[in-house]
Amino acid sequence: MISFKMPSLGADMEDGTLVEWRKQPGDLLKRGDIIADVDTQKGLIEIEFFGEGILEKHLVAEGEKIPVGTVMALIRGESDEITEEIPQENIPDQEKMVEPAKVEEGKIKVPVASPQKAGGERVRISPLAKKIAEAHQLDISKISGTGPDGAIVKADIDKCLREGQEKKAKAKTDPIVTEPRYEPESKLAIPESEAIRKAVAAAMSRSNQDIPHYYLEKRIDFSKAMLWLKEANKERSVQQRLLPVALMIKAVAKALDDVPDLNAVWEDGLERKNEINIGFVVSLRTGGIMLPAILNADTLSVDGIMERLNDLIPRARAFKLRSSELSKSTFTITSIGEGGADKVYGVIYPPQVGIVGFGEIRDEAIVAEGMIGIKPVVDVTLAADHRATDGLIGSKFLASLNKYLQNPENL
Amino acid sequence: MSKMKTITYREALKSAIREALQKDERVFLMGEDVGHYGGAFAVSKGLLKEFGPGRIMDVPLSESGFTGAGIGAALAGMRPIVEIMTVNFSLLAMDQIINNAATLLHMSGGQLNVPVVIRMGCGIGRQLAAQHSHSWEPFYAHVPGINVLAVGTHEDARGMLLTALESPDPVILFEYTSMLNLEAEIIEDAGAVDICKAKVRREGIDLSLITYGTGVYKSLEAAEVLSKDGMDIEVIDLRVLRPLDEETFLTSIAKTHKALVVEDAWKSVSISSEISARIMEKAFFELDLPVERLCGVEVPIPYPKHLEDASVPQVQDIVEKVRKILKP
Repeated sequence: MISFKMPSLGADMEDGTLVEWRKQPGDLLKRGDIIADVDTQKGLIEIEFFGEGILEKHLVAEGEKIPVGTVMALIRGESDEITEEIPQENIPDQEKMVEPAKVEEGKIKVPVASPQKAGGERVRISPLAKKIAEAHQLDISKISGTGPDGAIVKADIDKCLREGQEKKAKAKTDPIVTEPRYEPESKLAIPESEAIRKAVAAAMSRSNQDIPHYYLEKRIDFSKAMLWLKEANKERSVQQRLLPVALMIKAVAKALDDVPDLNAVWEDGLERKNEINIGFVVSLRTGGIMLPAILNADTLSVDGIMERLNDLIPRARAFKLRSSELSKSTFTITSIGEGGADKVYGVIYPPQVGIVGFGEIRDEAIVAEGMIGIKPVVDVTLAADHRATDGLIGSKFLASLNKYLQNPENL
Repeated sequence: MSKMKTITYREALKSAIREALQKDERVFLMGEDVGHYGGAFAVSKGLLKEFGPGRIMDVPLSESGFTGAGIGAALAGMRPIVEIMTVNFSLLAMDQIINNAATLLHMSGGQLNVPVVIRMGCGIGRQLAAQHSHSWEPFYAHVPGINVLAVGTHEDARGMLLTALESPDPVILFEYTSMLNLEAEIIEDAGAVDICKAKVRREGIDLSLITYGTGVYKSLEAAEVLSKDGMDIEVIDLRVLRPLDEETFLTSIAKTHKALVVEDAWKSVSISSEISARIMEKAFFELDLPVERLCGVEVPIPYPKHLEDASVPQVQDIVEKVRKILKP
């Protein structure tokens, strides 16, 4: 039996509200089927299923808000061997062995912080106790209640706070409290810009606190790229025209293929990713950002990437992305575009280990082959996690990126 | 410190009526048997002799008629005290009270105040059976345009009437017949009291016991018993059932975080329902336990003494309920 769990659609996601089941018990599920709609701070997300089987049972009701990792449904697979995600054929054996560790039961069962106990059961707590717990950011799912029918009352919270303080005083370990993100009413449809702001704030704070960034910078001659784009666009209709960013994404994907240590995540160690899924920063008009991903960008043509961009950007702005588009990025690009800053130094989106920033493409006087000339250039920066890689790796990546952008016809 | 004197609830009521009659010549008392007989419960005994038939007025057995006459007198500038022998008979005067007394200020565009005071003997506990043991406080407290007071203590028996007579609008006073012979100490020169605030009769921190009428002394007694077990109960006498003084009980709940509402009236659609709802609306996040209620059992009040006693909350019931709440 496959346990279908609330996926994490990014490091900043702690819970989601099930809005609608798209598949009912008995339905046959194929890889890529959308199984449910879930409302998150990033909007209404279509959750996909990457296995095959028959939906056995819903465990969560529509309208319920549940923490990441909560089992939402049981799916009967072809055989007991089937795991939640069908492994890629090209995964080396070594990687396969790592797999079980990732889905370690205990780890996922623990609700990050929410008013629900494992299994989606509501926590009984008095309004006063809840108010105090929230003020102290206590995870009420870990407190046992002594009130009527096991409800948590003020006395239980007081006890927990006392014990928490004692623990703190004894050893400066992590406090038993975790950050609750409890909202009494589930928000449906388009999240307020405030929620997005909060999500961005949480992810970026975490990044800045946890990740020792190092920064590299390279000015890249963009004249060949611009020329190539100009030529390429001559043959294309207005709708199909390529933008420089498509070329940049493709070049980054190829460079990552050369320097795989940057196409990775850091979770107590460097873990390389097989797929190269490039997340790119989309600014929202209401404020805040979204990070949709172009999956397997290294295997797509520049036209293919442009097509994906044309599809993704409006959907990101309308808060209509699919789960895989939000959760699967392995590296991030931020691009300033026209009329903006010359350079942009990114903040890594955890648990990724790098982000590349493209400044505005502009004409500069540069020295080439012993001559000073005027050429379009772009200042490219790399912010990378120093726990995961060192400057040498980063430098190799920028050199590789430059190589691809000097030969756009090969992309 | 003022000197104290011991007085019965009946004497307190009577001295209030006497003082009102002495202070203001527009004040007069009208009701069934209030004159020659001295009142069905002897509250007005001797007043006819003292003030004469012009001010102590026996009326025919027609609640609608004499209540209407009282309202008319109030409209004409007098300050009538209408005694309806018991609340049970006030059902016959409800049209006058609700359609005239309560609405005339509104219907006249603010021109006609009705400064009538209607006293009603009420409550359970004298073996008068179902038809004569009603608790209609919730009925009257439902109606905008009248002020409803519950006389739960000797202090209020002595003082509420005097302030009620100063109100430009109709006031209904619920007096509890089971308490008439009850003695208590009040200060020697006790007089008018406010009729707008609830009162904390006993301070405590563990639970707010909210009550009115006969519930006040019972709750205080229960609180004493509970204090021996280390439970510190706050007792709130609502006093004014309309308009409710929310501030007092909400403040108390912000301190104790727990509430028990006690009343004789039937539970459904009662004063306690309203209190509970207001707590939920305005102090939800102060609550550490659900609001609890102890009310009259929802049956016609029985005649036999033991069944009558069992039909409304008694001291022991309150003690047990609080124990259960605080030590689940």
